[in-house]
Amino acid sequence: MPDGPVHVEGEVVATKRIGGYRHLTLTAPGIPERFRAGSFVALTVDGHVTRRAFWVHRVRALSALGPTLDVVLETRGSGTARLATLPVGAKVAITGPLGRPFALPKDAVSCLLVGEGYAAAPLFPLAERLRERGCSVSLVVSAPDEAHLLSALEARRSARSVTVLTADGSVGLRGTVADHAADLVARSEADVVYAAGPHDVLHAVASAAEAAGAWSQVAIESPTPCGTGLCHGCPLPVVGEDGVDRVVRACTEGPVVRGDRVRWDAL
Amino acid sequence: MSAALPGPVMVAAGCGGTGRELEPYAGPAGLVGLDLVTRSITLDPRPGGPGPRLAEVPGGLVNAVGLPNPGLGHFLATELPWLVRAGVRVHVSIAGATMGEYAELAGRLSTAPGVAGIEVNVGAPDEAGAGVLEVREPYHAASVVAAVRREFPADRPVLAKLRPDVSRIVEGARTCHEAGATAIVVGNAVPAAFADGRPGGLSGPAVAPIALRCVATVRDALPAVPTIGCGGVRDVASARAYLEAGATAVQVGTALLHDPTTVARLRASLAAHPPEETA
Repeated sequence: MPDGPVHVEGEVVATKRIGGYRHLTLTAPGIPERFRAGSFVALTVDGHVTRRAFWVHRVRALSALGPTLDVVLETRGSGTARLATLPVGAKVAITGPLGRPFALPKDAVSCLLVGEGYAAAPLFPLAERLRERGCSVSLVVSAPDEAHLLSALEARRSARSVTVLTADGSVGLRGTVADHAADLVARSEADVVYAAGPHDVLHAVASAAEAAGAWSQVAIESPTPCGTGLCHGCPLPVVGEDGVDRVVRACTEGPVVRGDRVRWDAL
Repeated sequence: MSAALPGPVMVAAGCGGTGRELEPYAGPAGLVGLDLVTRSITLDPRPGGPGPRLAEVPGGLVNAVGLPNPGLGHFLATELPWLVRAGVRVHVSIAGATMGEYAELAGRLSTAPGVAGIEVNVGAPDEAGAGVLEVREPYHAASVVAAVRREFPADRPVLAKLRPDVSRIVEGARTCHEAGATAIVVGNAVPAAFADGRPGGLSGPAVAPIALRCVATVRDALPAVPTIGCGGVRDVASARAYLEAGATAVQVGTALLHDPTTVARLRASLAAHPPEETA
């Protein structure tokens, strides 16, 4: 099967509200088969010119309806609100998988995965891939409060150790990723650190990883009006391999980039 | 002038990525024979403007992308050969800071293998966004077109892309055509602003009636001047509206951001009914 993205008509086969999020299960012919952890999908919304991008939380190769994928959405505006109200059976145009996924280590190394809010979604399939390769996986799931913690129970199935952080202390450790990043990286003895979340979370994790001598890969979330690289509307300031500052597209040259390559102060 | 006109469906400047990103959505015919206008290329690389570069508004998009591009040298070395190998008919959109830059861009493109034509970007919605030579005045636009035409072979088209400005479009079309433009592309983004007042350009379905009015006005006033409609083309009906108003082709832009297969679908639908030869 070719690697490139496809644009297909999918169908909502399940829709569930879990905490502060809406989980949609979609058929999307060709996309689950091509998916790799960290890539994303873009959904077309009727009446809206631009599309909405979502992390893929889970793919199921086999179900009664064929391969499906799950996305997690938080209502942010009229587009996401409309998608959140799609009923089972609704048709939706889906493009994916898009973007560069997480790079996997060749050897069985120690990995720390840090996710904040719904953006933790791509870390679950990543944890599975890493475990298949014999990596030791520690997972940190964080959120402002309990309702915005993504799948903490499921996390316990995917990782050797799980740390839960909430800013309000409603469950798990109290505090933010920035408060705990250095300690978490040190305790995990990670060779590779993966992170997905808002920019401040990614920056804190990338800095902690660099200080500890670990590689970091961060999944940058930017507004991506098209998601396909056509519009050049999601500028991401980076430092190239040659040391030269550049602006690349978060949707095609990202969303996953090396944490030490992001010009955080220019974001 | 014997330059053949492209069409009937083209990819509008700034909405086709580098061209490669369209390939997965190009349909069974692939990119072969696709008339693609590149994003505007400048002599030197440009990083583009800060984010957010685009904002959705009812009926369209406001953008201030700032012409991000790798510069002519890098474009000629990497993007152009890829597009040529893929079978794309490449129309290079150019933007310059001076008349001399436009002439140099055209001169170097005239000898680059595989360049089907040039589109001169003389209708940027806002000089603050583009930071290039202010050429929206018809006289200046025509001077730029003449400079480009002098440098580019007569048997290949030079398109002049003008903003859909209802009060100036006939004057702009006439002067640019007289200066050597093979056809006038009617329909750049129209001046607009983001919610915070930052200047940008509005594109998408909202501008279709404005650009259509401009095409019809040029057709009535200057029946000998070929026009290419651009603005809000998203389906067969919106494309046909331009063709029936006298346009020889349409360009698809913002709709690609909504559905990247739009051009492939329109090419298939309109291929059976090509517009009349006007060249």
